[in-house]
Amino acid sequence: MGYDFDFTAIAANSGLLLHGAGLTLGLTAIAATLGMALSIGGAATVLWGSPWAQRLVRLYVEAIRNTPFIVQLFFIFFGLPSLGVKLSAFEAAAVAMTINLTAYGIEITRAGIEAVPPGQREAGYAVGLTPLSTFLYIILPQAIAVVYPSLVSQIIITMLESAVVSQVAVTDLTHAADLIQSRTYRAFETYFVVTLIYLGMALTLRALFNRAGRRLFAGKPA
Amino acid sequence: MTLSLADIIPFLLLAARWTLLLSAIAFIGGASGALLLLLWRYGAPRTGRRATAIYIQLLQGTPLLLQLFLVFFGLPLLGVEVSPLAAASIALTLYASAFLAEIWRGCVDAIPLGQWDASASLGMNFVTQMRYIILPQSLKIAIPPTVGFLVQLLKSTALASIVGFNELTRSGQIVANATFKPFLIYALVALIYFAMCYPLTLGSRALERRMRITR
Repeated sequence: MGYDFDFTAIAANSGLLLHGAGLTLGLTAIAATLGMALSIGGAATVLWGSPWAQRLVRLYVEAIRNTPFIVQLFFIFFGLPSLGVKLSAFEAAAVAMTINLTAYGIEITRAGIEAVPPGQREAGYAVGLTPLSTFLYIILPQAIAVVYPSLVSQIIITMLESAVVSQVAVTDLTHAADLIQSRTYRAFETYFVVTLIYLGMALTLRALFNRAGRRLFAGKPA
Repeated sequence: MTLSLADIIPFLLLAARWTLLLSAIAFIGGASGALLLLLWRYGAPRTGRRATAIYIQLLQGTPLLLQLFLVFFGLPLLGVEVSPLAAASIALTLYASAFLAEIWRGCVDAIPLGQWDASASLGMNFVTQMRYIILPQSLKIAIPPTVGFLVQLLKSTALASIVGFNELTRSGQIVANATFKPFLIYALVALIYFAMCYPLTLGSRALERRMRITR
């Protein structure tokens, strides 16, 4: 074959990789936190909002779900400045990831809310809870418990898809890989190691979420 | 030089053909791969169950962009020079095969075990069972989620722009850089993707609804 694999150059740049992995996880955490909050609001709007608000949210969901993430990112990073909205690369990535995750999150959360039997809401009203309290304390916890695995999967998909943000020079994990391979000419080895790091992060994240889920939703019907 | 919309739109639409071509290659390749994985999983469960699960986990647990880079930079090490189209086709085929295998596995598992037993008791071997009993029944439930996955696959072809394949997204980048109108161009690009994906989304939904009624 005549090619000697050499991983030493990557080990020498482990600081870069660590920084990149941290940034990827940070972006994912921002997108997951904001995205979940917005998803719950969006799902509630689709179910109980005014007709035009419902239509607006549905349009948003369809627009995001039927276009590639990278085009959304380019639109936000390169396109929006011409409207006077200037975002740094990191901000653009965080916004794009949040917007993307929210579109899927709304659909998932809505399905969860619809899976809660209507008797639960009626029971909430019957004991004198306000509609908002009934939603927050009775319906939402049960809805999230049902769709928790799907939400976790979507967050992990968002993390994996965030590799694309390296294209607008966000110094995430993939960007670190690009940098290392251009310095060392060890493209395959670098991307191989970084792919494994992503795999490790995805598996760890899922295990942690599953563990948290078992504790959070103990005793709830899943 | 100024470019008018009359120049830009045809340019982007022509580039969208490459997006469609790449999607078609990846889907056909991915479907063939998934079928083989399925045959392995059910034909030789002792090795196939574990091996296909690992394959699926590896491809679903890593970013497609990195898979693309590994093919693009890895194959030349084996002495195979690959064009951006070839690299993207191979990477997307592997990616699609993992997702389709996972989707179809669920559809095969949905077939009652009695169907396996009954066909075995008629003396059918594994291939005949699959061909005449299991796959025809699974196919019916598999179609809606498969069409849904097509949307995901079509969107994923946008990543081929990063290794320099001149499909819709990359053409959009080129035009945006040439015209200094990124807002308009990326909106147009998104609109063309939407026009390709949304009918598939609607189709998948309609098929799903029809199936819920007939079952």
